[in-house]
Amino acid sequence: MTVVTPAATDAARPAPRPATGGPGATSRPVALAVVLLLALLLLPFVPLVLASFAQGYFYPQVLPERWSLRAWQVVLAPDGATWAALRDTVTIAVSVAVLSLVVAVPAGRVLGTRRFRGRRAVELVLLTPVLVPAIAVAIGLHVVLLRLGLAGGIPGVVLVHLVPATPYVVLLTAGVFANAELELEQQARSLGASWWQAQRHVTWRLVAPGLAVAGLFGFLVSWGQYVLTLVVGGGRVVTLPILLFATASGGDTAITAATALFHALPALVLLVLTSRILGGGALTTFGGAR
Amino acid sequence: MSARWHAHEGVRTWVALSPALLLVGVLFGGAVVMALLRSIGLLGIGEGGPSLAAYRQLVTDPGFARSLGLTLYVAVVSTSLSVVLGIGAALLLRRLGAGRRFATTMFQLNLPVPHVIGAVAILALVGQSGLLSRLGAQTGLLDEPAAFPAITFDPWAIAVILQYLWKEVPFIGIVALAILAAGGDDLEEAARTLGASAWQRLRHVTLPLLLPGVLSAAVIVFAFTFGTFEVPLLLGPSAPTVLPVLAHRRYTDVDLAARPEAMAISVVITVVVVLVVLLGAAGARRAIRGDAAVTEAGG
Repeated sequence: MTVVTPAATDAARPAPRPATGGPGATSRPVALAVVLLLALLLLPFVPLVLASFAQGYFYPQVLPERWSLRAWQVVLAPDGATWAALRDTVTIAVSVAVLSLVVAVPAGRVLGTRRFRGRRAVELVLLTPVLVPAIAVAIGLHVVLLRLGLAGGIPGVVLVHLVPATPYVVLLTAGVFANAELELEQQARSLGASWWQAQRHVTWRLVAPGLAVAGLFGFLVSWGQYVLTLVVGGGRVVTLPILLFATASGGDTAITAATALFHALPALVLLVLTSRILGGGALTTFGGAR
Repeated sequence: MSARWHAHEGVRTWVALSPALLLVGVLFGGAVVMALLRSIGLLGIGEGGPSLAAYRQLVTDPGFARSLGLTLYVAVVSTSLSVVLGIGAALLLRRLGAGRRFATTMFQLNLPVPHVIGAVAILALVGQSGLLSRLGAQTGLLDEPAAFPAITFDPWAIAVILQYLWKEVPFIGIVALAILAAGGDDLEEAARTLGASAWQRLRHVTLPLLLPGVLSAAVIVFAFTFGTFEVPLLLGPSAPTVLPVLAHRRYTDVDLAARPEAMAISVVITVVVVLVVLLGAAGARRAIRGDAAVTEAGG
């Protein structure tokens, strides 16, 4: 059983090779098919953008008859629900990223650099939470958290978000250490650096960008969680996904659309940043990051 | 290195692993064990010893069977279509010359977008008064929203499946692209030199090469499409509904006696996913062996 591992991620790095059928040449049908494919994948965003800028977007208007910034003004109002939800979402997601990195760095260093007995069992234990549906985790843990007094608050939500987030962060961290040239650490030591100096000036510099990306994944896994927050937060922790779902059930399409786009934007910005750090293909793991 | 040093290394290895293992083990293991215990009537609010009453209730409830059927149908159809379309998209993208990098980045754009957003967007696109319906009305094909085929909240859960495809086709596609980039070209080139036709290369070289990795990815997609809650809640049919939504409904029922049933449903969800994961792992191992045979035969 392999979830998209860092090895697969590495393989996704664009290799310099000529395209099949001649370097640089693309037949017209292929180009058209690709454009159609991308258009289909991006199509669902179109009605959201249109609706978010519409005033009275009645059927059967395709382009709104009257454009308006009303929905965006409501969504971005300084004392509105969005900013409060954003604050809680970010608080939770940053806590999840930091806590998962804290446990992931020692584990990832071992998994990425050493061979030992029981390694596959460890990987299996770490991967299972990724595959078992969140609803099962949510209602199973809710009881325990209720008894511990952690249900209905941010700490409890952070704890349950760690279940899906930690496995990804550990696996990515393992990949970071596996790919880092840690021999340099030994060389620094043999040149007279202390253990601490070698860690700080050599190892840290080698792994820091990768660890930042791993933390980002932890952040994003938490950022999109719905059912874990719904059950454990018990309606008292309103993150952006919870707010969006409530808005969508409420019926104002313009505000729903603007809220959805507001919620999507940071994920897309982080995606672009990540691809800058790791190269185009390194995003594979997002597919697994739920 | 001395034996003592080795023992020391072993201890250090497990000390380094323990925070992560403890965190995942306690939280996740705790969740599974609690659901299991409460599904058989232990640790619950009610009195009495262990009982299989909740499971008996599920087995005799035709609504549960219909929910299980719907959930399996949605997961199997979504996974199969994602695999076929994802591989197709990957084969298409790698035939692109100029602009391939840009196109591949755009192809992955949906991957980090949370599912709630995807569900809201799909509703705005294919809902009865969504963008497609409006386009139909503008072009004179439809005269009212009700004339647009009902594919949201419908018994076939078409909008739910569309949402999964929107997210999972890029996932399978990116996995396939990664595998192909790691070694597909040389093998295909060799097969071409040996006179294999395009179809033979696809059938005997490319697909066997993709199989183990794509199978693992397909297992992830199945686990996901079988267990997701928010997408069918927003887009899917309500009676029967999928198992995750049913579990949540029972869990939040005012009648506390429904809680063991919620736990039992959640155990069923977990068991199905674990079975599929084990099957997929076994299949991937066999596929790797077959792949090795192909490589040996080819090389």
